[in-house]
Amino acid sequence: MSLRNIGIVYRKELVDSLRDRRTVISMVAVPLLLMPLLTIGVGAVLVRQVGQAMEEVPRVMILGGQDSPNIRAELEKLKAVRIVPEKPDYAEEISNKQIRAAVEIPGGFDSKLAAGDAMTVKIYMYEGEMKSGFGADRLQKFFRDLRDRTVKESLQARQLPESLIRPFDIRQQNVAPAEKVGGAVLGGIVPYFVILLCLTGAMYPAMDLTAGEKERGTIETILCSPVSRTHLVLGKFLMVLTASIATAVLSLASMSASFGLGKKLLLGVAHGAADSAMQITISAKGIASIFFVVLPLAVFFSAALLAISLFAKSFKEAQSYLSPLMIIVVLPAVAALLPGVELNTALALVPVLNTSLVSKEIMTGTYHWNFIALIFVSSSVYAAIALAIAVKLFQREDVLFRT
Amino acid sequence: MIEAQNLVKRFRGKKRGMVSAVNGVSFSCRPGEIYGLLGANGAGKTTTLRMLATILEPTEGTAVVAGYDVIKEPQKVRSRVGFLSTATALYGRLSAQEMVEYFGRLHGLDETSLHRRIDAIFERLEMNEFRDRRCDKLSTGMKQKVSIARTLVHDPSVMIFDEPTVGLDVMAARTIARFIAECRDQGKTVIFSTHVMSEVEKLCDHIGIIHGGRLMAEGTLADLRQRFQMQDLEDIFVKVVEP
Repeated sequence: MSLRNIGIVYRKELVDSLRDRRTVISMVAVPLLLMPLLTIGVGAVLVRQVGQAMEEVPRVMILGGQDSPNIRAELEKLKAVRIVPEKPDYAEEISNKQIRAAVEIPGGFDSKLAAGDAMTVKIYMYEGEMKSGFGADRLQKFFRDLRDRTVKESLQARQLPESLIRPFDIRQQNVAPAEKVGGAVLGGIVPYFVILLCLTGAMYPAMDLTAGEKERGTIETILCSPVSRTHLVLGKFLMVLTASIATAVLSLASMSASFGLGKKLLLGVAHGAADSAMQITISAKGIASIFFVVLPLAVFFSAALLAISLFAKSFKEAQSYLSPLMIIVVLPAVAALLPGVELNTALALVPVLNTSLVSKEIMTGTYHWNFIALIFVSSSVYAAIALAIAVKLFQREDVLFRT
Repeated sequence: MIEAQNLVKRFRGKKRGMVSAVNGVSFSCRPGEIYGLLGANGAGKTTTLRMLATILEPTEGTAVVAGYDVIKEPQKVRSRVGFLSTATALYGRLSAQEMVEYFGRLHGLDETSLHRRIDAIFERLEMNEFRDRRCDKLSTGMKQKVSIARTLVHDPSVMIFDEPTVGLDVMAARTIARFIAECRDQGKTVIFSTHVMSEVEKLCDHIGIIHGGRLMAEGTLADLRQRFQMQDLEDIFVKVVEP
């Protein structure tokens, strides 16, 4: 094994790749721009939209209640909503977003309220539509306040204490450290992006260094040099791995930086609406551990992509082979995001899914060392197999000179 | 020295099954001599030369190039061979100098002798003007010079040229022809394939006419003229390859 020759090939491929715009974009620009864009950009847009929706005075309709002038008058006095005239097609108007919600006042509301009779106020809304939700919330708050007020007055009239109907309060209090809270919120998302970027970072150099060489006619030039094909493929592999790791490292760094920055910016934009985001932090130890478990996966991706794209005659053909691979990788990476998918011995052997799941645990500060070791070893075995296949393919004339 | 011994190369075709691209080719080429492999497209020229350059492994037979067997010691063969063809392109994102340096290093040259050698070659081929320019920004003639420099950087004793003038204009083709003649004059063993008769007439000491993967006729130009009682090489070629 000549490390010198592998080093020469690696250095040349590094220089060559860094001059390739597509490789630089996928290796440097995407992780550096995508993360801030996702966390700050999308976050800011989201916060702004929520803010705008909250500022809007929702148009709501009162259905019925003609025999209850008091409640109607109180509703009409409400500044948080704007009452529009009643129409029979209120459901359609809600669905078409012409009004945000409608409230149905039961018959004889005023008198029943005074008499203490049970009744149900119905609020109609568009499930899942944010502005409709806000409209319905305001109506609900109005009626809840009215109910509380009525109860309070009733208790006072009977000279009974308020604690009679509210003997105790219930409050949820977080005791988990910020790191764990952050991990639970971002547990699946962060590894998902790192794994995906590891793949995309390796993709372009893998295609360029194999199918690209065939297309440009340089494969024959390099094959007539005395470098052995094993050294050649190992030099190329190291370059692809560098791109993959660089993408992962840059994305992790950019994610941490933009997350920290994003919190401040979001707080500025939302005027305190993103308070809960302040609780979320990503620990440096977690990031370093994820990098460690993703490393064999990066080796696996690099070798597998190299082997697959070597098969292709042209860059375009290589793209058509590798695009479906994205979906194959995305599926297990996404599966780890699903609630209830927990790490076990069998899943620890499934490539990609195992790394995604263990990263999710690491993000919450949970370190199952036996699983981490099993995943590291199994991923390393897959990586070694993929690399052996890539080396083997480089010896095959029918692959190198496929026409 | 090149000694091809009953070289056979078979490929598995998608439609035609096993295809013999080269079928028992034997010849020899001595130092200070140019051997011209003359044949039509698909005759087996490129496959034969690729086997000599150890880019392809023979299915049967073997060849001894610069004293080493192409099957047993392919790396030693490659370190003594300069191979140039229209298919051996340049790395477009490397400069002319980086391209030649890369191959010099792969041939095991140390940095001092590498740079001394590059300076001499660049001077001789008048390449200094574009030595730092990226290969994809060079003209065809300049690219040819870089390719020549790449094949010469390790001072090989055997030169293999596979249709080196295809697609070149007259001036670039003349540069290559002059370079081939220079290699012979320096005592190198030179083999080159072509289907251009005038190149063969002008340059070759020995001629081998290849057709259907077989060497159909061989000898000096004078030998062939005498054997076929014809003066024009094109007429001789047609006579040999036509059934």
